[in-house]
Amino acid sequence: MDYFAQQLINGLVLGSIYGLIAIGYTMVYGIVGMINFAHGDIFMIGGFIALITFLILISLGLTAIPVILLVVLLVSMAITALYGWTIERIAYRPLRHSFRLAPMLSAIGMSFVLTNYSQVAQGARVKPIPPFITGGYTLHESPDGFVIQLSNIQIMVVVTTIVLLAIFTWLVSRTRLGRDMRACEQDQTMAALLGVNVDRTISMTFVIGAALAAVAGLMYLLYYGLVDFFMGFVAGIKAFTAAVLGGIGSLPGAMLGGLAIGLIETFWSAYFSVEYKDVAAFSILIVVLIFMPTGLLGRPEVEKV
Amino acid sequence: MTTIPQTTHASRTAGIPSILKTAVINALVALVLFSLMVGIRTEAGSDGQLTYWTRFGELASLVAVVFGGSIVIELLRQWIGPSGAERLVPPAVHTGMAFVGRFLAPALLIFALLVPVIFYNQRYILDLAILVLTYVMLGWGLNVVVGLAGLLDLGYVAFYAVGAYSYALLATNFGWSFWVCLPLAGILAAFWGMLLGFPVLRLRGDYLAIVTLAFGEIIRLVIINWQELTGGPNGVSGIPRPTLLGIPLDNSDDGLAAKLGIEYSPTHRIVFLFYLILAMALLTNWVTIRLRRLPIGRAWEALREDEVACRALGINTTSTKLTAFATGAMFGGFAGAFFATRQGFISPESFTFQESALVLAIVVLGGMGSQLGVALAALTMIGGFELFRGLETYRMLVFGMAMVLIMIWRPRGLIGHRAPTVFLTKAKAISSDLVKEGHG
Amino acid sequence: MSGESILKVDKLTMRFGGIVAVHELSFAAERRKITALIGPNGAGKTTVFNCITGFYKPSGGTIRLTHDDGRQIALERLNDFRIAKQAKVARTFQNIRLFPGMTALENLMVAQHNALMRASGFTFLGLIGVPTYRSAEASAIALATEWLRRVNLLDRADDAAGNLAYGDQRRLEIARAMCTEPALLCLDEPAAGLNARESAALSELLLSIRNELGTSILLIEHDMSVVMEISDHIVVMDHGMKIAQGSPREVRDDPKVIAAYLGTDEEEAIAVMESGS
Repeated sequence: MDYFAQQLINGLVLGSIYGLIAIGYTMVYGIVGMINFAHGDIFMIGGFIALITFLILISLGLTAIPVILLVVLLVSMAITALYGWTIERIAYRPLRHSFRLAPMLSAIGMSFVLTNYSQVAQGARVKPIPPFITGGYTLHESPDGFVIQLSNIQIMVVVTTIVLLAIFTWLVSRTRLGRDMRACEQDQTMAALLGVNVDRTISMTFVIGAALAAVAGLMYLLYYGLVDFFMGFVAGIKAFTAAVLGGIGSLPGAMLGGLAIGLIETFWSAYFSVEYKDVAAFSILIVVLIFMPTGLLGRPEVEKV
Repeated sequence: MTTIPQTTHASRTAGIPSILKTAVINALVALVLFSLMVGIRTEAGSDGQLTYWTRFGELASLVAVVFGGSIVIELLRQWIGPSGAERLVPPAVHTGMAFVGRFLAPALLIFALLVPVIFYNQRYILDLAILVLTYVMLGWGLNVVVGLAGLLDLGYVAFYAVGAYSYALLATNFGWSFWVCLPLAGILAAFWGMLLGFPVLRLRGDYLAIVTLAFGEIIRLVIINWQELTGGPNGVSGIPRPTLLGIPLDNSDDGLAAKLGIEYSPTHRIVFLFYLILAMALLTNWVTIRLRRLPIGRAWEALREDEVACRALGINTTSTKLTAFATGAMFGGFAGAFFATRQGFISPESFTFQESALVLAIVVLGGMGSQLGVALAALTMIGGFELFRGLETYRMLVFGMAMVLIMIWRPRGLIGHRAPTVFLTKAKAISSDLVKEGHG
Repeated sequence: MSGESILKVDKLTMRFGGIVAVHELSFAAERRKITALIGPNGAGKTTVFNCITGFYKPSGGTIRLTHDDGRQIALERLNDFRIAKQAKVARTFQNIRLFPGMTALENLMVAQHNALMRASGFTFLGLIGVPTYRSAEASAIALATEWLRRVNLLDRADDAAGNLAYGDQRRLEIARAMCTEPALLCLDEPAAGLNARESAALSELLLSIRNELGTSILLIEHDMSVVMEISDHIVVMDHGMKIAQGSPREVRDDPKVIAAYLGTDEEEAIAVMESGS
């Protein structure tokens, strides 16, 4: 039971990171109807920028960890958001009204560009950082000596995710931008006719998605203590799987899917085999889609005849 | 999708100040983008401690390149007119292209047949030609699924892997010959295609895309982890070379060279492999062309155009999709078996998502559904890829950029029309603007 | 009438969640006759069509199709493609669903898919090019040509369907449905968007299908000039229920129909009904 509880905690933390990335996929899909294959690499870039900012701040002699974290968070969100914006501008906007596969391939190309850009710019070796946030709480200690631990970093990941989700939900449901986004999602032509700046709204979608991915990148860096140029691919596929599992286009679905994938992976590793954890996640995706063809929270497609 | 007039290029007639303004903004954006990623270089030291050093020179030159590049692009845009890269090509060239197109296919075929004669002593070119032909075959195989049936398959490499491992394992474990294993590899790949296809083919659009992607990853991960069978990351080595009807192409006494009484040369095997893959690719092409003219092929294309209408006409859409999937998978399996026998060694590294993306890019760049287009695209992409062999680390970077630029330049691929499968009086090419892409 | 009916719909009910789109609808379509299903927008006509042609599974009721040889088929138990394949019910769509990137001729060839599949030995014999398949294909082309001639599109045979004019697309869709050699042809608003001359040509085409080929036709139509001219029998629906039926004359004079069609504004309703006479 204790073991189970510990895995539950680990799974939720991992799931939070996946969920943050998945939101970027699902938002872009909802509005532009394309799979942004480069999103996983945006997450990776976010991790790198966080790492570099950390290094600079520390070499400048800063020691106050909360200040460092805040600066790193803001810098990586800002620069990564600019990456998201630029990519949309260069690779997707010219193809907005083109055929479905063209933007998808452009996105795959962009993903290759980002992966290799970061390899060329920062080298192929894994970049570790020393643990910043240490300590934690022992929740329970069983007679046989097994302890359930909740580390501070785990708390931070989950709290940050919840806070961001709250801000994000407010943004989508209460603000002008959110309304524009929902309008573009329904009907771009009509939204444009009613005075919504479609270009700007779509740009903002990419910006927000990239900023959330940057947060996920930072969390990943803090939690696992390393980044490398290839991490975007695997994390991206997992997060995309999460978005589809939750029902692509649905924001709560993305978070739910993220948590589900995180839990599946953790539990499978804990009880069965680590090697096959990804196989388990992908297999469950296939099984879920067979029975629920539009994912867990996706709107069922009504066939118009 | 509806067409909204693009507003991005409204400032077409703007003067020098506005060009400079755009260039300055672009340079500033570049400065922020590259500031940390390029301006600072991190590296893990031997003690695991991260160090960094600055590279402001590189940063400055990159920003300068963006600044200069923006000015050039803006100027070009003014001279050429509205963004449409299409307009770079005047209509006369298009009709000219159509004319050339008629003779291009036979010319290419004759050239392909003569490659080993012309380049007999250039091993590098022969190897490259074999590689190109392998991708031509893969492209033609995936074209059945994506181009004809309109089903998006992001895990095509799985079937390539199934074919390669089928041959490698059957040959190394049981000593079966290539010619026995080749059909088996195709059948096994088709079987896996059906197995995957059966439950998932009622999914639509991007759901199908992610499931096929997931399937590709599952196959790769199983190959990596099932070490007793597949050798895991170490792969399978010592895969037998193919024989010419049982006669090996080696230096032994009963090798082909000895039997013909000519001097042995390792090039014999390369030439043989070249003609083998050429024959396999041409067979794929022939079968696909024939299938297109058969009811099943027409049903595939109809499915791509409108699935609901297909059902209203009594077409069993599930089995139609399944046959497309299985046919494409089978060709992938054949190509995989060839790959295994050519390399003599296979490992999971050869079957990553990048391969699937590459083959898909070939199909889309070719112009969905066009056989000639796929061949041209494979030649351009693999050939172009080879040009950058020297710049090892920049290779994928350039490849990715090329993919983006090509899509922006020609979103519908090189060959922008579809040839009808049957005609009464005259076969007229159909503009690809009318041709649908499918939802699956 | 019961013995002669090709299609008998009995207490058909279709619910979407809490909404009842069709409620216990019963009617029959006679063999070798043209039956029209009319009613205001949102009356549930297309839903009935989708139930008959297998795109929806009815919530309740039965749909019986009786073939010439007396064979009875329960359509509510068959799904999607089997209705067209086994029960020989063909349909067209309100918002034309051709294969736009294929030529007119190819569209008609796709319609003969099942027959050609058998002739091609499920592809295997066709692949090696056996003569029986070649002759089957030749006769399929002949049938398609014949239909292109009938709908006056012979000179457009090799043009992409998506390039045809709207009215031509409507006629091509009917030709495509007819190429499946159906026992029952279901047309969903075939005259929508046609001008007066094209409507007249359509009426002529439908009458010739009934008279020369003996195909039974069920149609949904708003264009009363077409409905009144060609229908043998009319079923009027409103709010998912049948409110009247009978010959064009009977229906036209039915006050319930007039009321349903245009609310209480009887004058206008009469004007609409009379435009068809």
